[in-house]
Amino acid sequence: MTEVDARGLSCPIPVVETKKALKAHPEGVCVLVDSKVCVENVSRYATAMGYNPKAVEKNGEWTIEIKK
Amino acid sequence: MSSVRLTSLVKTSGCAAKLPPKELHRIIDSLPVLQSPHLVEGFETADDALVWKLDDNGNVCVQTVDFFPPMVDDPFVFGQVAAANALSDIYAMGGEPSIALNLVCFPACIDIDDMRKILLGGLDKAKEANTVIAGGHTISDPTPKYGLCVTAFMNQSDVWSNKGALPGDAVILTKALGVGIVNTAAKVDEAEPQSVKQAVDSMTRLNKRARDVGRKYNVHAATDVTGFSLSGHGSEVAQASGVTLKINTKDLPVIDGALELARFGFLPEGRYANEDFLIEKVHFADSIPREMKDLCYDPQTSGGLLLFMSPEDAKSYVSEMNLDCCRIIGTVEKQGKYLMEYV
Repeated sequence: MTEVDARGLSCPIPVVETKKALKAHPEGVCVLVDSKVCVENVSRYATAMGYNPKAVEKNGEWTIEIKK
Repeated sequence: MSSVRLTSLVKTSGCAAKLPPKELHRIIDSLPVLQSPHLVEGFETADDALVWKLDDNGNVCVQTVDFFPPMVDDPFVFGQVAAANALSDIYAMGGEPSIALNLVCFPACIDIDDMRKILLGGLDKAKEANTVIAGGHTISDPTPKYGLCVTAFMNQSDVWSNKGALPGDAVILTKALGVGIVNTAAKVDEAEPQSVKQAVDSMTRLNKRARDVGRKYNVHAATDVTGFSLSGHGSEVAQASGVTLKINTKDLPVIDGALELARFGFLPEGRYANEDFLIEKVHFADSIPREMKDLCYDPQTSGGLLLFMSPEDAKSYVSEMNLDCCRIIGTVEKQGKYLMEYV
């Protein structure tokens, strides 16, 4: 799955990066973020676009798997 | 327009740049406050400004300071917003601002003429408020910031405090909510021009008229809605007054498009910090959609006044204001389990 590394970026940039990635890869993407705010906002975007996001935390970083 | 995109120089903007309320309160509450018989209002009840007794005839000086990084790219408009926001604290106390000082942080790397435009924007709003800006302080800083320290003179009996709300009062909000959400989306060009225009019009509008019209009525309590959101500033009044605010979410004025942008995750960091601080004090009915919750926690920049008065006065006030965004949004109840109840 295509990976978007949005660590170190503050919102709303990770949401925009997710939007761009999903446009190029409508089948789904994986987004890496390092703040709870970004987990929430990116998941919101994915849900609003009809995807089913799942976030997994490891050492203060999250991998959000976004697929239908 | 500016030589560079002002909002590209900042991480958080406007009142959303406030420190999270939890940390801020922990520090402020731990500070020793030098008491004086002249100090009528200080830190204790989280009022919008300090009130300092000048004499035994009830004359007081009211003083406040507010500054923040840009939430719009046009330096003149940023100056207008920052000034309107700083002046608002005086209006929220029922006063008329008289004098002010500029606070400016400006990067060495961008055109100094942009600083002039910011200051001209501030002067424009100060003029509208009949306030004289008579000095200030400027420092070099990678993130631009602007605001004012504002002083007003009035009679103590005319001061609107945040602790007089009475059960049975109506709650009035004078500006639409959602500017934090729209500003967040606008930063990455995701907001519709119509939403951005509404947000900018709202942020640059002084709370002067809201205050002037309010002076004709018996205002029991007042504050303005800024970075700590409707929930945060409403809770401060509820706490100080020993009451619970019941807010009808269907009556809340909303900037066009803000709820939709919230649904797509264009939410400022401050929205989450506000919820984190207030989660045990504020209750939402189960039927309230998540975007509406976002709105109630959305940090506002240069938001409206939140006024408390009798239902009869409130009806006349809203009718006299004659603005779609100025509405009765709820009622004051006896103190319950929560400081605010959204239904």
